[in-house]
Amino acid sequence: MPMVDIDWLKEHVSVPDDLTVEQLSQDLVKVGLETEDIHPSTVTGPVVVGRIVDFDREPQSNGKTVSWCHIDVGEKYNDTDENGNKVPRGIICGAPNVAKDALVVVALPGAVLPGDFEIATRKTYGHTSEGMCCSSKELGLSAEADGIIILTEEGFSKEEIKDIKPGDDALALLKLDRPILEINITPDRGYAFSYRGVAREYHHSTGRAYTDPVPALAAAAPKVDKNHIGDVAAKIEDNDPIHGVPGCDRYYLRTVTGFDPNAETPNWMRRRLVRAGVRTHSLAVDITNYVMLDLGQPLHAYDLDKVAQPIVVRRASEGEKLTTLDGVSRTLSHEDLVIADSPDGNEGSRVLGLAGDMGGAFSEVTSSTRNVLIEAAHFDQVTVARTARRHKLPTDASHRFERGVDDQMQPAAAQYAADLLTRYGQGEASDNPTDLDSTTPRKPILFKADWVKRLANLDLPIDEISDILTDIGCVVAGGGNGILSVTPPSWRPDLNIAPDLVEEVARIVGYDKIPVEIPSAPVKDTGLTLDQRRYRAVANDLAEAGLTETLSYPFVGDEDYEAFALDADAVKAQSVQITNPLAGDRPFLRTHVLYTLARIARRNIGRGLTNVQIYELGTCFRLHDDMPVIPALPGGVRPTDEQLEVLEKGLPDQPKEAAALLTGQAVNPGWYKESRAIDYSDALALVDRLGRELGIDLRFEQFDPDNPQAGINAATWHPGRTAVVRTPKGTAVGVAGELHPQVCRNLGLPDHSAALDLNLTAIFAELSTQPLQAMTISTFPPVREDLAFNVPEEVTAATLMDAIRRGGADDLESMRLFDVYRGEDLGQGRKSLAFSVVYRSPSKTLRSNDARAIRKRIVDEVKKLGGKIRQ
Amino acid sequence: MADQGFDKDELVNTIHEGIEAVNAADSSAKLHEARNTYVGKDSLIAHVQHGLGSLPVDQRKEAGQLLGKLRAEFGRAYGARSEQIKAIEQQQRLRDEKVDVTLPVDRHPLGARHPLSKLMEDIQDFFVSMGWVISEGPEVDSEWFDFDSLNFGPDHPARQMQDTFYVKGDKAVDAAGFKGSNMVLRTQTSSDQVRGLIHRGVPLYMACTGRVYRTDELDATHTPVFHQCEALAVDKGLTMSDLKGTLDALAVAMFGPEAHTRLRPSYFPFTEPSAEMDLWFPDKKGGAGWIEWGGCGMVHPNVLRSAGLDPDEYTGFAFGVGVERALLLRHDINDMHDLVEGDVRFSQQFAMGE
Repeated sequence: MPMVDIDWLKEHVSVPDDLTVEQLSQDLVKVGLETEDIHPSTVTGPVVVGRIVDFDREPQSNGKTVSWCHIDVGEKYNDTDENGNKVPRGIICGAPNVAKDALVVVALPGAVLPGDFEIATRKTYGHTSEGMCCSSKELGLSAEADGIIILTEEGFSKEEIKDIKPGDDALALLKLDRPILEINITPDRGYAFSYRGVAREYHHSTGRAYTDPVPALAAAAPKVDKNHIGDVAAKIEDNDPIHGVPGCDRYYLRTVTGFDPNAETPNWMRRRLVRAGVRTHSLAVDITNYVMLDLGQPLHAYDLDKVAQPIVVRRASEGEKLTTLDGVSRTLSHEDLVIADSPDGNEGSRVLGLAGDMGGAFSEVTSSTRNVLIEAAHFDQVTVARTARRHKLPTDASHRFERGVDDQMQPAAAQYAADLLTRYGQGEASDNPTDLDSTTPRKPILFKADWVKRLANLDLPIDEISDILTDIGCVVAGGGNGILSVTPPSWRPDLNIAPDLVEEVARIVGYDKIPVEIPSAPVKDTGLTLDQRRYRAVANDLAEAGLTETLSYPFVGDEDYEAFALDADAVKAQSVQITNPLAGDRPFLRTHVLYTLARIARRNIGRGLTNVQIYELGTCFRLHDDMPVIPALPGGVRPTDEQLEVLEKGLPDQPKEAAALLTGQAVNPGWYKESRAIDYSDALALVDRLGRELGIDLRFEQFDPDNPQAGINAATWHPGRTAVVRTPKGTAVGVAGELHPQVCRNLGLPDHSAALDLNLTAIFAELSTQPLQAMTISTFPPVREDLAFNVPEEVTAATLMDAIRRGGADDLESMRLFDVYRGEDLGQGRKSLAFSVVYRSPSKTLRSNDARAIRKRIVDEVKKLGGKIRQ
Repeated sequence: MADQGFDKDELVNTIHEGIEAVNAADSSAKLHEARNTYVGKDSLIAHVQHGLGSLPVDQRKEAGQLLGKLRAEFGRAYGARSEQIKAIEQQQRLRDEKVDVTLPVDRHPLGARHPLSKLMEDIQDFFVSMGWVISEGPEVDSEWFDFDSLNFGPDHPARQMQDTFYVKGDKAVDAAGFKGSNMVLRTQTSSDQVRGLIHRGVPLYMACTGRVYRTDELDATHTPVFHQCEALAVDKGLTMSDLKGTLDALAVAMFGPEAHTRLRPSYFPFTEPSAEMDLWFPDKKGGAGWIEWGGCGMVHPNVLRSAGLDPDEYTGFAFGVGVERALLLRHDINDMHDLVEGDVRFSQQFAMGE
């Protein structure tokens, strides 16, 4: 993002002498140019002007010649001799361009140069050197340097040179002492990618005087008719516009001949480019960059002698090749717009560059270029954006074209470049430019001025609104009936509708002037929904049961499938896949929350934690059979009801799940209690608890690994210690139990680790939305007794309890299983389950014969299962 | 036994001796022993009582009165001493039952909520308290809801700015002709704006909270999976004033009575005018100051049109805030890793709150 140098900004807008970067930052933020960073000066400490009083060249044994110099660095920094007199400093310098009386830049001990290069007094080449003479490279001003900086050669005027004295602050002189502001430009404000634009915004923020440089430059440019072909023939042939918009609607060419290829970039310009973060090259290239930074118009400079006319702006043919300036060979698409020339009479046959993005190696200006062709064009935002994206080649030019460049400033920008080229590189600018121009004038926006009030709640007289819009560059007319006719300026392609203009008015008045009110929502469907409250209840309940909530990324891949012993192909077939995943090995979205929760458990265990018991509530993602293809639909238009249905049905299933993973000790050993390891029952108990929390009787069904229910993966779970969780209606809504020992090993979890995975969406769907109908609490006395049943092994506890419930009916208040026993006395293949039961009648006091009758009903039911009561 | 039936003095002395024994008893057992000895079945007074019937009538009455008096005397002494001993023994028992209450006990261990989840609930509660509805929206959504309906055209620079995870597919074709699924992992909870407007209708005051995705690598300040809260209000007559008021109220709810917000002009495709929202954060490290908290603005007419609404009739405002950012600020957390790694020690600091 662009740098803002106060010194450069002054070219277009007046600024206070004491303007700091911090103040500038605040001023620009106010109108919407955000601060990215304030870069501190890269050079600190004493760096001063020195005059070489005398020097001796001293050839060294290593073949080098160094100079032992005495340098006057001013009263304050000079040495003091034994008599107390001030004398020049002794400094060793290896540069070839040391000269008597030369004004140089001396970094004194304590200075820090770019790259954290600290200057200190040091013994070298048999002398004590008290500082260093700096080259432009050492100060970060250039990439290469032939010798030290001689200030008289740095582009200062004679008057300025006269004022430079030893001991002066060289950093201030070279403008290296100040921090620089980097701003962020939102995509709508292409024009602010220039000093022209930033200066205007500074004016809007502070009211200080601003001069748009473009009108004067435009006035100085040669006047030619629209679509005039000048010195250089050119044509635009766009056979394949995107969205019907031509790739280039303005193509302007101007030549400068007799240019001195050895001319150097002036130091002031070099310093400005360096501070803007742009590397310096040759004068011609530096000027195109400078004008782009200053005005916002990307320019390209060609070696005129290498270009075969006519120049053709056209779409590339599919597969055409171009080696761009960065040395990369690129295969072009039919959507890329290119600049081509016509060698050997083959019109448009040779591609010179990607329009608005980057040039090619051929036809670039070089150290032998004498005749320069300047191209100033206006390219379509979408075309350039797609090219930059397609070739992963964002450039300073493409950034500007993507956001919109002023389509009327091409002659002015070329004029400015021609001015600079002739001033610093001699040569002569032609007055016969080529200007292919199919731009159309902006249409006025009919703007109801009361929209300022309607959207921004600002009470402004229509005249003030008109003045503000005029100040941002609009041409404003009308207003008698409250409607202004507002024609936005050519550099503001973002201004198209009334709210755009409201924003301009509001930001310039100041968003802080907008009064504060609190809207009152109508009372309608307020509060959390039942499901939202249930979701929270589950989350809270698991934490209250002692588990810790975690949140994992939903990305999974082969590693996870392997760990859970899943059939990877089968899972992938129903998984959502990411085209551009971050971690290449996890390109899928989880089909169950448990799969990603396990990674979190493993990380905790890896950190030396034990008894890790965690849970997560989150979304999982599954493709399903009936997913219509999602269409690409235009924005700004309500889709039809049929389309809306497809937009929902075309999405994968995204149920909410709760998963928990339990490892280690269920009850920690303590001084007052016995410890107990986690097992399947902990997972089941949590499911039971959640069911009670939600008001649903979740039932457990024995998992059958040979014939897995509900798509549960047999290899993931312990074959005998796993339950399928079902609702009273019989819907399978999850699984709970112990993980398969192999899966525990794969995941690095202790043996017998338990887990659960519940589909909350499916459970919630079966919950009653009606208030619970409370039963009457009987106050008649209870009868308690213990019943032990001898039943065949295959009768599950759930089946037996159902039988007891049936037998007890309304008289059975509660039952609690308190013992499970297996022994030879019971007979082979049998077991005993013992219950404490409580009978209580809703309508009378139970006598002993009543209790006997109830017991008999129960025993009769159990008999049907092949069970009998134990005496 | 003497003529008069019994030795009165002996009886009186014995009972008095018994009363002394009662008073001397220092435990329930000794007390019971004294009672058995002096008024029990084999005691003198029991024998006398037994022989009372054989006394002459004139003596019987007198003896009876004496016995009653002596028993009463003994009973009072016994009762009094019994109370004292019970009190002593209770104190002794309490002394014996003393424990070191600093011994650690964890019979009902509490787990912990993740502070991000809790903060999301707090934010939801704020909106509920204002009478808004809460939506969630799908995390895998169509590009239409995530981008097009929000005025991000297929070539909008802002659409490229967002580092989007695309869902793989080869059956759908996008506007530029590229094959894909036309689905993304939503980049913003704003994706539920137009769905809400269409399916819930207007006036609408809705907050959407949930997970969003961007292709940022995890580092100290970024995470590819994070959480946002989007607020959307569309009604007749809403202005930026309502936006500012709602933001200030949220800031106070989240960060205390001194917190407030300010708006800076900015750009978002789905709002116009648009603003960045800064939060005045009194507890900022190194002194109170402004912190970037989210984006906002007035709903763009094209967004209203996407929902079939007339921008000349309805206006609305929308804003989005990052939940992670709020959490990092509130609790002075310096590293995003703490929020995403799932280390139980992190969540356990917060227990059930945040």
